[in-house]
Amino acid sequence: MIAETGLALLWLAGALAALQLLLGAIGLRWQRDDLIAAVRPIAVVQAVLASLAFALLIYLFVTVDLSVALVAANDHSAKPLLYKFAGSWGNHEGSMLMWVTILAIGGGAVALLERRLENRTLIATLSAQAAIGLGFYAFLLFASNPFARLDPAPPEGQGLNPLLQDPGLAFHPPTLYLGYVGLSIAFSFAVGALVTRDVGPAFARAMRPWVLGAWVMLTLGITAGSYWAYYELGWGGWWFWDPVENASLMPWLAATALLHSVTVLATRDGLRAWTVMLAVVAFSMSMVGTFLVRSGILTSVHAFAVDPRRGSFILALLAIYIGGALALFALRVGTVREGSRFDAVSREGALIINNLLLSAILGIVLVGTLYPLMAEAMTGEKISVGAPYFNSAAGPLALILMAALSAGPLLRWRRDELRSLAGRLALPALITAGALAAVIALAPGIRILPLLGLVFAAGLAAASVAPLWRRNLRHAPLFVWGMVIAHLGVAVSAAGMASESAFTKERLVAARIGESFDVGPYRVRFDAVAPVAGPNWTAVQGTLTATRGTTSFALQPEARSFWAPPAQTNESAIRTALDGQLYVVLGNPDETGRWQLRLWWKPMVTLIWAGGAMIAIGGALAMLGHLLRDWRGARRKEAWA
Amino acid sequence: MKMFRTPAFVVAMMLLASPLHADSSLPPAHYAYNQLPDPAQEAKAKALMSELRCLVCQGQSIADSDAELAGDMRALVRQRIAAGESPASIKKWLIGRYGNWVTYDPPLDRLTWPLWAIPIILIVTGLWLVRGRFKRRR
Repeated sequence: MIAETGLALLWLAGALAALQLLLGAIGLRWQRDDLIAAVRPIAVVQAVLASLAFALLIYLFVTVDLSVALVAANDHSAKPLLYKFAGSWGNHEGSMLMWVTILAIGGGAVALLERRLENRTLIATLSAQAAIGLGFYAFLLFASNPFARLDPAPPEGQGLNPLLQDPGLAFHPPTLYLGYVGLSIAFSFAVGALVTRDVGPAFARAMRPWVLGAWVMLTLGITAGSYWAYYELGWGGWWFWDPVENASLMPWLAATALLHSVTVLATRDGLRAWTVMLAVVAFSMSMVGTFLVRSGILTSVHAFAVDPRRGSFILALLAIYIGGALALFALRVGTVREGSRFDAVSREGALIINNLLLSAILGIVLVGTLYPLMAEAMTGEKISVGAPYFNSAAGPLALILMAALSAGPLLRWRRDELRSLAGRLALPALITAGALAAVIALAPGIRILPLLGLVFAAGLAAASVAPLWRRNLRHAPLFVWGMVIAHLGVAVSAAGMASESAFTKERLVAARIGESFDVGPYRVRFDAVAPVAGPNWTAVQGTLTATRGTTSFALQPEARSFWAPPAQTNESAIRTALDGQLYVVLGNPDETGRWQLRLWWKPMVTLIWAGGAMIAIGGALAMLGHLLRDWRGARRKEAWA
Repeated sequence: MKMFRTPAFVVAMMLLASPLHADSSLPPAHYAYNQLPDPAQEAKAKALMSELRCLVCQGQSIADSDAELAGDMRALVRQRIAAGESPASIKKWLIGRYGNWVTYDPPLDRLTWPLWAIPIILIVTGLWLVRGRFKRRR
């Protein structure tokens, strides 16, 4: 009964989405206030119904109801509770249900919370959100029903891909989806504002918290995904330029550009058409990401099911939404006034450079990701595009972006003088030069990209805290703190990336018990191997002792064998020190009784993710700061009235 | 990653792997999981390995894959580097064997030129658009 109830709830939610779209559209077209009044409550009820359907799916997974096909294919009674729970979205149908649930909750939240936007624009926004939801409800109901029964029920389920059985991975999809779907709200806002011809600062201020929130979630999702790849795949890499990673990077790049341009629109009433365009592009990138990941066009850990019908369904949705939004944009862009102009040397000018560079990087990632697919489809020839291309094409642009990022926050709005900017940038420039001299002296022969990465990071770190200089720190607004912390996070992350790529020490050895090896500042002794067992796996566990100076500690990497489904994973052992990480992986034994050991010393590598976390925290503070200011402003207005 | 060994992949792996003597019954070659004694040679080998695709994996280079084929390719690269062959000539040999699919650094040719042309066009167009946005300075 529970599965059938879930399906019924899903149908009801889909019907409500249709109603929400219809009432909104008719109400706006023929000025029917009675119809318009129904749209908000419908959005809220739709969110509740979708959430209930998703809750029922989770219940089916936690109780391992094997008469449901999806549960039988992805669940297992011996799986730990966390992964029974997380397994409900660790598969195609479940993850799409989560997508649509978050979409509905987002719409419901806009309906409940948004009070500043002009009512007609809000109704148009909710209608657009319903239109997106409708497509995905149809996808679930007609092409991937999560509640389909299996008869007869098998005695045991097939289990979850062991690589996904990891606490980090359990929460990686919800975080990324919150980001993707948050961008859908920005998209709906943009469509709503185009429909009612209401693109202006008020619209930008209403949209900004949603963009910031989505961006924070994307940042967290990407950072966590990168750390997962780093410790779970067992080769010490933290970014592979894999199409699936790019699928999450592209919306992030677009959202980064969007949140800066929305600031120009909110503060200075500039970049109107561009901001709307970026909102459309950002959600389009989320959809492209979903298509790439879910259609099975890329075979990877994320492509749960390869079914061409589903791929073409998502592709059709993609074409309808992106095409529709672009057509609307083309029709209405003439009615969007250009907005106020400004000087090239100004905060707006720097933000335009930021948008230009981010868009160019986005273009490179998009081309590099899609071009091999297109080339193969058209010529049948297979080519690979990977790290060498992305690093050499996007790397220099990222460095220029860091330079622009150093100067931007120190520029005044509207108009500034180059000479006074030079004065404000003198100290960061001095620090940059000092860092250049220091790196060349200490690490001669370092490659050019890591060298410039380290040097620019030093300069950016100094410049990004400059907006707080000579300022009463307690009176600095929260969103200024947010900006400073996020920009500092970029410097920290870039320093980590450059240091990891330039200074990593690697030892790959075939080791006998008792042998010792030097890697970086550590001496590592291979002490023992022993079998261990977990709830749904057995493993060979190595014990190693690492010594550095007078301190020593034990490391226990494991080679795990899962039986449902059968697969092997490496659990690396990682020790974090202040200046980097020691990373140890145990491989297979050879016929002479030696074990493969992989040892890495990665100086400052943790900065990569620490910087990512700082960027996310900065974004959250900025969001909070803007919300608080708007809230106080609203209260003051009430007090006056 | 030892996952998704679907029948298609296993067949593809056997077909692709046979010239390199990858056979599950044989132990992995020494240089699949061991470095070259000379650090300069190892650095060269490592740089080349990280831009070669593991042909049976999903989006991984042979420098970071557990697949047998990746191990055999690593051994091949290290042996050839140790024998004094240049990375460029090893890469050329592998491309001759497996096509451009094997390298993550696509050569510039009639098929791949848009990869470099499109970003340049984007930046130039962007600059041209931006130029019109600014106020003239008096």
